Amino acid sequence: METTSSPVYQPTSAPLSSRRHFRADKFDFWSFFFSGLTGLATLLIVGILVVILANIVYNGWRGFSWHFVSTIPKKDFFDINTTGVLPMIVGTAFRVVVMTIFVIPVGVITAIYLTEYAANNSIITRIIRAAVNNLAGVPSIVFGLFGLGFFINFVGKNMDYVLHNTSAVWGQPALIWSALTLAVMTMPVVIVATEESLKAIPPGLREASLALGATKLETILKIVLPQALPGIMTGGILAISRASGEVAPILFTGVAYYMASLPTHLSDQFMDLGYHVFVLSTQSPNIQQTQPILYATVLVLLLLTFALNIVAVLIRARVRKKLRSMH
Amino acid sequence: MADTLIPKIAPQETTATAAKSETPFIDIQNVCLYYGASKALKNISVQLDEKVVTAFIGPSGCGKSTLLRCLNRMNDLIDSVRIEGSIKIGGHDIYDGDVDVIELRKRVGMVFQKSNPFPKSIYENVAYGLRLHGIKSKSEMDGRIEESLRGSALWDEVKDRLHSSALGLSGGQQQRLCIARAIAIKPEVILMDEPASALDPIATARVEDLILDLKKEFTIVIVTHNMQQAARISDQTAFFYMGELVEFGPTTKIFTNPAQKRTEDYVSGRFG
Amino acid sequence: MENHFEAGIENLRQQLILMASHAEVAVNKAVQALMQRDHDLAIHVKDNDDVVDKFEIEIDELAIQLLTKAPLASNLRLVTVAMKISQNLERIGDEATKIAKRARDLSQEPPVKITLDLPRMSTLALAMVKDALDSFVQRDPVAARTLIPRDKEVDALNRQVHQQLAQHMMDHPDTIARCLNWIVAAKSLERIADHAKNIAEEVVFLCEAQDIRHPAAKAV
Repeated sequence: METTSSPVYQPTSAPLSSRRHFRADKFDFWSFFFSGLTGLATLLIVGILVVILANIVYNGWRGFSWHFVSTIPKKDFFDINTTGVLPMIVGTAFRVVVMTIFVIPVGVITAIYLTEYAANNSIITRIIRAAVNNLAGVPSIVFGLFGLGFFINFVGKNMDYVLHNTSAVWGQPALIWSALTLAVMTMPVVIVATEESLKAIPPGLREASLALGATKLETILKIVLPQALPGIMTGGILAISRASGEVAPILFTGVAYYMASLPTHLSDQFMDLGYHVFVLSTQSPNIQQTQPILYATVLVLLLLTFALNIVAVLIRARVRKKLRSMH
Repeated sequence: MADTLIPKIAPQETTATAAKSETPFIDIQNVCLYYGASKALKNISVQLDEKVVTAFIGPSGCGKSTLLRCLNRMNDLIDSVRIEGSIKIGGHDIYDGDVDVIELRKRVGMVFQKSNPFPKSIYENVAYGLRLHGIKSKSEMDGRIEESLRGSALWDEVKDRLHSSALGLSGGQQQRLCIARAIAIKPEVILMDEPASALDPIATARVEDLILDLKKEFTIVIVTHNMQQAARISDQTAFFYMGELVEFGPTTKIFTNPAQKRTEDYVSGRFG
Repeated sequence: MENHFEAGIENLRQQLILMASHAEVAVNKAVQALMQRDHDLAIHVKDNDDVVDKFEIEIDELAIQLLTKAPLASNLRLVTVAMKISQNLERIGDEATKIAKRARDLSQEPPVKITLDLPRMSTLALAMVKDALDSFVQRDPVAARTLIPRDKEVDALNRQVHQQLAQHMMDHPDTIARCLNWIVAAKSLERIADHAKNIAEEVVFLCEAQDIRHPAAKAV
C-alpha cells in the first residue's frame, strides 16, 4: 500500500558507524589563538588599571589623613602639614550634584521624545540625533568657552540686569554655570543610556497598556519609565564619573584658585579637586615637597568619585531588585 | 406521539446556526487599508454577530491580524497606515472624528500572541486597567480582581500569591493573566490575536475552554492559523487570502462544505 | 515534496474502488452461478468471500488513521463516507455469498418448474451495483441520484417472486426446500439493491454535502 518516492534528503558524509570517535581531526589553532588574545587583552586592561591605582594609593597614602580632608587651607597650599582639601571636596561634590539635577531630567525627556514620540526617520529626528552625537565629540575646553560666552556673558548678565543687581552676581563665574556647562557636556551620555534602556523594553508591554485604554503618557509614566530606571541611572553614573574629573569646562565658568570659605550659594565660586591638582603641579615652588600633597589630592578625588558612584550603583541595585520581584 | 418514542438530539452548542440577531454587532463595510502605497486590505465587508466567537483564518500575511487591529484602532499607532471604509461597533462608527480612542479601547479589549504581562505583581497587572478607569476603593478593586481571575480560570492557582511577580507564572498562566487583565475592565468585545500559538497543547486546551466560557458574556474575535482550533471553538469563520475576504459563514459549513474552492483548498491543507 | 496527507486520502479512495470491483465481480458471478446452475462457480464465489471482508477491515483502519490527522471539508466527507461504503460493500459481498450457497444447493437438485421474474430482478440489481460504483469513481452525484428510485422496482419484484413461490410451495409441497432456497436468493438480490442505493446516497453526500437518506424522518 505504500507509494515509493525518492527521498528529498541525501546524506553526504560517511555514516557514524564507520567513524570510531567524536574527537576533532586536528587541533584548531585559530580558535585557541583568538581565545588567548582576548584573555591577554583583559589582563592588559586590568593590569594598567591596577598599576595606576596602586601608584596613586601608594604615593598618596602618606599625605592622606582626617586633618587633610577636613581643613580649609590657608592661601599657601604647599605645606603638607597645614594644607587641606575640604573646600575642594565640597566644591567638586556640589557641582556634580547640581549638574545631575539638571542633566537627568532634560536628558531623559529628550530620550523619551526621540524614542517614543518622534517619527522615526523625519528630518527633525535626524537633526536631533546628529546634534547629540556631535555634542559628544566636542572637546571639553570648548565647553568651557561656551559656558563663559553663553551662560556667564549672556544669561548671567541679563539675569543681573533683570534683577537690578548693582554689582555682578550672576554675570560672573559661579557654581551654577559650571554645573550647567557640565550638564551640557554629559547630556549625550544620559540621552544615549536612556534611549538604549527605553529601546530594550519590548513593544509588547506598551501595546498591552495602550490596548487597555491608557494614553501614551500614562503608558510612559507607569510602564515604560519604571522599567527603564536602571538604564537611566547607568547614564547618570556615567555622567557623574565623567564630570567629577573634568577641569576644562569649569576653568572659565566657576572654579577659583582660592576661596577662603566653603561654597554655600549657587552664585558662589568654588574650589575643585581636579583643578587643585593642576595648581599644585604648576604653581609649586618645590615639586618634591608638593608631590605627596598632589598624590593625596588625586586619591581624594578618586575616592570621592568612587563614593558617588557607589551610592548611585546601590540605589540602582535596589531599584532593579524591586523591579524583579514585586511592585 | 413521536416525541416520546424518538428522543430529540440537541445540537452542539458550538455549531450555532447563522445570524442570531437582526443587526450585526460589528459591521465592517468596504474597508481598505494601505501601508503607505501597498494595499493590505482590499474592500472587506463582513458582519459579525454579538456574543459569538468569530474566527479569522488564512495563510500568513493575508490581512487577518491587520483587520483585527482595526477593530480597536491599534493600527493608529503605525504612521504609514491609511484606512478607508467604515467599521461600526454597536452601531457607532469607530473611526468617527469625535470617537475617543481611549474609550473605544476600554470597550474593545485585546489579547496578544505573545503574552505580555507587566513586570509587576499578579494583582497589579489586573489592577492596572481598573485604576486607569477610575476604580479607587480597595474593596472594589479586590472584588473585581478576584472576579476576573476567576473568570479566566486562574484564581485557584494564584490566590495565595497575588503579590508575587507575574513573570514567575508559566506561559499558559501568563496568557490567562493577560485575559483576566483584559476582561477586568468589562469590555464588550475581546480581540484575540493567535492567543494560544505560543502555548503547549494542554495550556492551549485550557485557553480554548476559557474562550468557550467567555463567549456567554463577550463578543470574541480570534485570529488563528490553526484550523482545528477555529473548528473547535468558533461559531462563525471568515477566511482571508491576500488581503481579501474569500468566504464567511457558520463554522461547520466552512469546515465541512465550503462554497469557495479557495476555501476548500486552504482548509484541506492543499496550500498555506 | 510530496503531500503525504493527500496521498493517504487518494490511497483510501483507490482501496475503496478495488474493494468495490471485487464485490461487483462476486455478485455477478453468484448470479451467474444461480441462473446457470453452475456448481463450481458457486463454490468459487463462496470461497472468495473473505477477500471483501479483509478489504473492509483494512479500509476502516486507513480511515481511522486519516481521522487522527483531522481532515476537513471534502477530505472529511470522503473519510466518513469511505467507512460507510466499505460496510455496504461488505454486506453486498455477504449477500453474494448467500446467493452462491443457494446456487450451490439448487444446482444439486432438479430445477423447479416455475417461471419467475428473477432474471429481470437480477439484471436490475446488478445494474444498480454497477451504476452506484461508477458514480463513486466518476464523482457524479447526478447519476447517483437517479439510481435511488430504482430500488423500488427491485422491491416490487421481490414481493412478486415471494408471492409466486409461496403459492407454488402450497401447491407442490415436495418443492418446499428448493423454493425456500429461491426465496432466500431473491431476498439477497433485494438486499443487494438496497445496499447499492445506500452507496448512491453516500456518493451524493460526498459530492454535494447533502444528506438525502430517510426523507420521511427529516420531514418530522
